[in-house]
Amino acid sequence: MALDNPPYQHDADSLLDIEKTWAERLAYGGRFLWRDRSGVLGIIIFLSVVIAALFSPQLAPYDPLAQDLRNNKLPPAWNVGGTWEHPFGTDNLGRDIFSRIIYGTRVSLTVGFFGVLIAATLGMIIGAIAGYMGGRIDSAIMSLINLILSLPYLLFVVFIAAVLGRSLLNVILIFGITDSPIFARVTRGEVLRIRKSGYVESAISAGARWPRIIFDHIFPNLIGPLITLATFEMSAMIFYEAGLGFLGLSVPPSVPSWGNMLSNGRKYLTSASWIAAAPGLAIMYTSLGMNLLGDWLRDVLDPRLRRSRR
Amino acid sequence: MQRYFLSRILQSLVLLFGVVMLVFFMVRITGDPATLMMPRNASPAQVEAFRESMGFNRPVLVQFWDFLRGAVVGDFGNSLHFKTPALQLVIQRLPATLELATAAMLMAILIGIPLGLIGGFNPGSVLDSVARGVALLGQSVPNFWLAMIMIIFFAVRLGWLPSFGRDEWKSVIMPAFALGLSTMGQIVRLTRSSTLEIRGEDFIRTAYSKGLLPLTIYSKHVLRNVAIPLVSIIGVQFGYMLGGSIYIEFIFSWPGIGQLLEQAIGWRDFPMIQALAIFTSLAVLMLNLLTDAAYMIIDPRIRYGAR
Repeated sequence: MALDNPPYQHDADSLLDIEKTWAERLAYGGRFLWRDRSGVLGIIIFLSVVIAALFSPQLAPYDPLAQDLRNNKLPPAWNVGGTWEHPFGTDNLGRDIFSRIIYGTRVSLTVGFFGVLIAATLGMIIGAIAGYMGGRIDSAIMSLINLILSLPYLLFVVFIAAVLGRSLLNVILIFGITDSPIFARVTRGEVLRIRKSGYVESAISAGARWPRIIFDHIFPNLIGPLITLATFEMSAMIFYEAGLGFLGLSVPPSVPSWGNMLSNGRKYLTSASWIAAAPGLAIMYTSLGMNLLGDWLRDVLDPRLRRSRR
Repeated sequence: MQRYFLSRILQSLVLLFGVVMLVFFMVRITGDPATLMMPRNASPAQVEAFRESMGFNRPVLVQFWDFLRGAVVGDFGNSLHFKTPALQLVIQRLPATLELATAAMLMAILIGIPLGLIGGFNPGSVLDSVARGVALLGQSVPNFWLAMIMIIFFAVRLGWLPSFGRDEWKSVIMPAFALGLSTMGQIVRLTRSSTLEIRGEDFIRTAYSKGLLPLTIYSKHVLRNVAIPLVSIIGVQFGYMLGGSIYIEFIFSWPGIGQLLEQAIGWRDFPMIQALAIFTSLAVLMLNLLTDAAYMIIDPRIRYGAR
């Protein structure tokens, strides 16, 4: 046994090693970024979406709500009859699709960010309780969570959204609460692993009480896996928000969101297919970027799961 | 082992009770189920009469007890739209959804596994790029969008496939592909990464040196090692499809339970939505138990509860 573990194991440089300075950590992340081109792509895509959301008024050429019925259903610039005045064309009410896509990032990112924030907070509390208490409480919580995760998620989201009605806050709350079991499961697994590690045992034997163990020893180690999970879950929420919008159950129809645009575009599939195509491409772009970013974050933050380079 | 399954069944029942509770209290969370279920332009007198007829003016616990008693024997009340028992309507729509989900799953398996195997055995080849592309697309293409794009190309522009309905065998191709793509992506990713891991092992080299055909090696030596995670993906995804088919059935007017759910939301037919939610959950929980049992058949080393 002893031979398997060398006495001093340089636990494959982790970004979150406490001894490191921030400059070293950044340099380490940078080295990884250099080696992983898809990670660079993921970051660029994600940043572009964030910038679009923050500076929508400056970036969008038109008011996303301004109607211009004389210029309705203009095709995108590269199609016959399209102009560069409306690069992605206009919809059935003559609203500029490009501007609406840019403003749509706001809804998507708001739902994704706050949804994940709520889900992560709830999940961490439940998961930490299960992992730290262990025993019967743990197995009761976990078997329930595993079953909840197996339920047809979408059906319940749709049902709850139909009852509560269309509003941004409702959508955030629905995703925040229904997504928390995933965070609970990951947190619990990590807490179990950390609790068994030598440094927690030594802290306990040195007389540390549970608040200190949880906040000083367990929390810092949770950040890595949870940030990675948060990236993937945020991408999933952007997806599901658009899906709800498509069914007419997300934000009110007057708000420019990708889901509402898709739902509207469905009616003009045969006459003006670009109305539905553009928001779908925007969702794909964002989701692709966040998945690449998540893969990269997993590599950097959690060396144990590092993808083999073949 | 019996104890394991007994406790799994017990847990499933507890969860099912939770679902029934959620479904019951959810429609009362906004305060008044009568206004929720009536059309927006209904007069106060109509709402009052409706409240009376549905028994919403009784104490909540009495209502819950009645709901629970009904749910146990499969009685979820009448659909508000059709005025006939809700569960019957759901069961009538079930075959169409099962057909769609099965077709989607078959497509995902029949394309996904060979792609994953070929990609895993020839990393860096053209087919491997295809495999990785499918895996990535499955992760990031919204199925409702893919469905619309396919309609534009294959139904409107090319006219090869019908864009809606369930009239001929060709009708199922587009909806099944759109529904199955994300599962296909997962299957490709899983098969490919497992194959990559396994292909350097001794027993594969031995199989090659025995002169076995690649097909035999794929099916007997590699696939057997991927079987367990594959079965768990298939089980989970099949359950997901039962609920996730809502978009696809809506877009293609496929007469299954997804379309019924979409319509029921439009009609504010909450008894129907409640029946749908409980029935689908029951189906998924039973599917989970079946998946658990399937593990044991595939891998005899798995014995539950023998710790």
